[in-house]
Amino acid sequence: MFFDEEFETLPRPALEALQFKRLQNVLERVNANVPFYKTSFARAGFSPSDLKCLDDLQGLPFTTKQDMRDSYPYDLFAAPMEDIVRIHASSGTTGKPTVVGYTQKDIATWTDLMARSFVAAGAHKGDIIHNAYGYGLFTGGLGAHYGAERLGASVIPISGGNTKRQIMIMQDFGSTVLTCTPSYSLFMAEEAKAEGVDFKELKLRVGIFGAEPWSEAMRDEIEQKLNISAIDIYGLSEIMGPGVAIECIEAKKGLHIWEDHFIPEIIDPVTGQRLPEGELGELVITTITKQGIPLIRYRTRDITSLTYEPCVCGRTHARIARMSGRSDDMLIIRGVNVFPSQIEAILVGIEGIEPHYMLIVDRQGTMDTLTVQVEVSEALFSDEIKVLQALSRRVEKEIKDMLGVTCTAKLVEPKTIQRSEGKAKRVTDNRKL
Amino acid sequence: MKVEQISIFIENKSGRLAEITRILGEAGINIRALSLADTSDFGILRLIVNDGNLAKSVLKEKGFTVNMTEVVAVEVPDTPGGLSSILQVLDRQQINVEYMYAFVERCAGNAVIIFRFDETDKAISVLKAENFNILEGERLYSM
Repeated sequence: MFFDEEFETLPRPALEALQFKRLQNVLERVNANVPFYKTSFARAGFSPSDLKCLDDLQGLPFTTKQDMRDSYPYDLFAAPMEDIVRIHASSGTTGKPTVVGYTQKDIATWTDLMARSFVAAGAHKGDIIHNAYGYGLFTGGLGAHYGAERLGASVIPISGGNTKRQIMIMQDFGSTVLTCTPSYSLFMAEEAKAEGVDFKELKLRVGIFGAEPWSEAMRDEIEQKLNISAIDIYGLSEIMGPGVAIECIEAKKGLHIWEDHFIPEIIDPVTGQRLPEGELGELVITTITKQGIPLIRYRTRDITSLTYEPCVCGRTHARIARMSGRSDDMLIIRGVNVFPSQIEAILVGIEGIEPHYMLIVDRQGTMDTLTVQVEVSEALFSDEIKVLQALSRRVEKEIKDMLGVTCTAKLVEPKTIQRSEGKAKRVTDNRKL
Repeated sequence: MKVEQISIFIENKSGRLAEITRILGEAGINIRALSLADTSDFGILRLIVNDGNLAKSVLKEKGFTVNMTEVVAVEVPDTPGGLSSILQVLDRQQINVEYMYAFVERCAGNAVIIFRFDETDKAISVLKAENFNILEGERLYSM
């Protein structure tokens, strides 16, 4: 099923021709209207008329999160303020938020791409979409909301929090599609269990989860506990919001990035060099149709890989792999690069371990230490010390074998690791560097 | 022939043992015997109580991880060499004792020892064949 069959299945040569035309156009617009780009292009000795093919894009300078902060709030806008109809911003936990503005056309594009994403995930008109993404400055709630309405589905704009009420409404209103963060869906499953509600009795069919990295093992867990098909969605406010890329329900293998609006690249986060197809690196996106705040080669800091292999669903758009972390969440422990999601994948692979964990990084003398806290579920518990110690050793060994980093596994009581209704906090870094 | 023991996972932090005993006390549960095994990070509290199922459910309700295990209560002569006589029998039959602890009350002048074996049924038949007295759960819970 497609929402916009012509564009979703555009043959590659036509898609690339469209990208080239749109790229030329956006480069001219930002060069003319955004002083930041005019300066950075001039410094790189680049003029938009120099662009001869799509590959020339890799000669352009990057745009970073810091550039956005330096342009706070409106300096990167390419459209006059009177054409901006909506403003969103990132949470700004590490300083000033990053601000994005949308023109009427930007909102229409976002709405269409989000509707495309819903259809790719297996949703359709007639679905009751339980939208538990937060509404507000965060793009999740409103992005999914407008897309669902564009699709013709019924939206429940429940937003995040008040989990007991969420479960009651899901039950009583007959929600068929759930949109929220993956960790919140598991939190809901726990709450439902405590309330004596069985997800198998609900009408829920599909869950569309994003806004934080998760793993394939966590997907299995969610699908089993919520009795649904779990789909990975990707987006970030700087680029648009949710609906930049999504898995198709046919394959559930990589997220189609809507290439008629975004050009993806994968770079080495240290050297900035473009990496070949299939290699893991930082995702860089150029927005080619945006008017409010077009970004050229924006460094997303998300770690993934890219494939152009044809997909069984018939969409011709490239796929990015499930995010394996943030380039800035990457922990360097005794010189080894470790993403929390890699540890999660190992833990969930061990039978009986709950996907709730906390990584504590510290430094003793000059040595980094990693402690992995794991909750002891009833399935794991034994009256014999040696069984529990064997479990700790197994966690330590698997992490050492797979990631090459030595850690200490610490068993903790159930439900003592912080649960989150938004993005889960998985790492405590106590190192004073 | 077997006795139900409940085991509780405890993190090594202050107040956990007090919390568990408080919960049990408020539920009117009497602790008949206990042993605490500990490591630097966590411990396992093993209890024999007058009502194991109730104890399990009140503790689970408070978020503790609890399981039930079958153990064997054996009467041991309260004389020098009494415990040794049992252990020698078990050793000859190559039955491993995972852990053991003593019961508070005496039974007909004898001490009572709780054993967790790797092969519970075999241990019971060996001990009975050697005329050791194995206590029934019901009797123990109400002692």
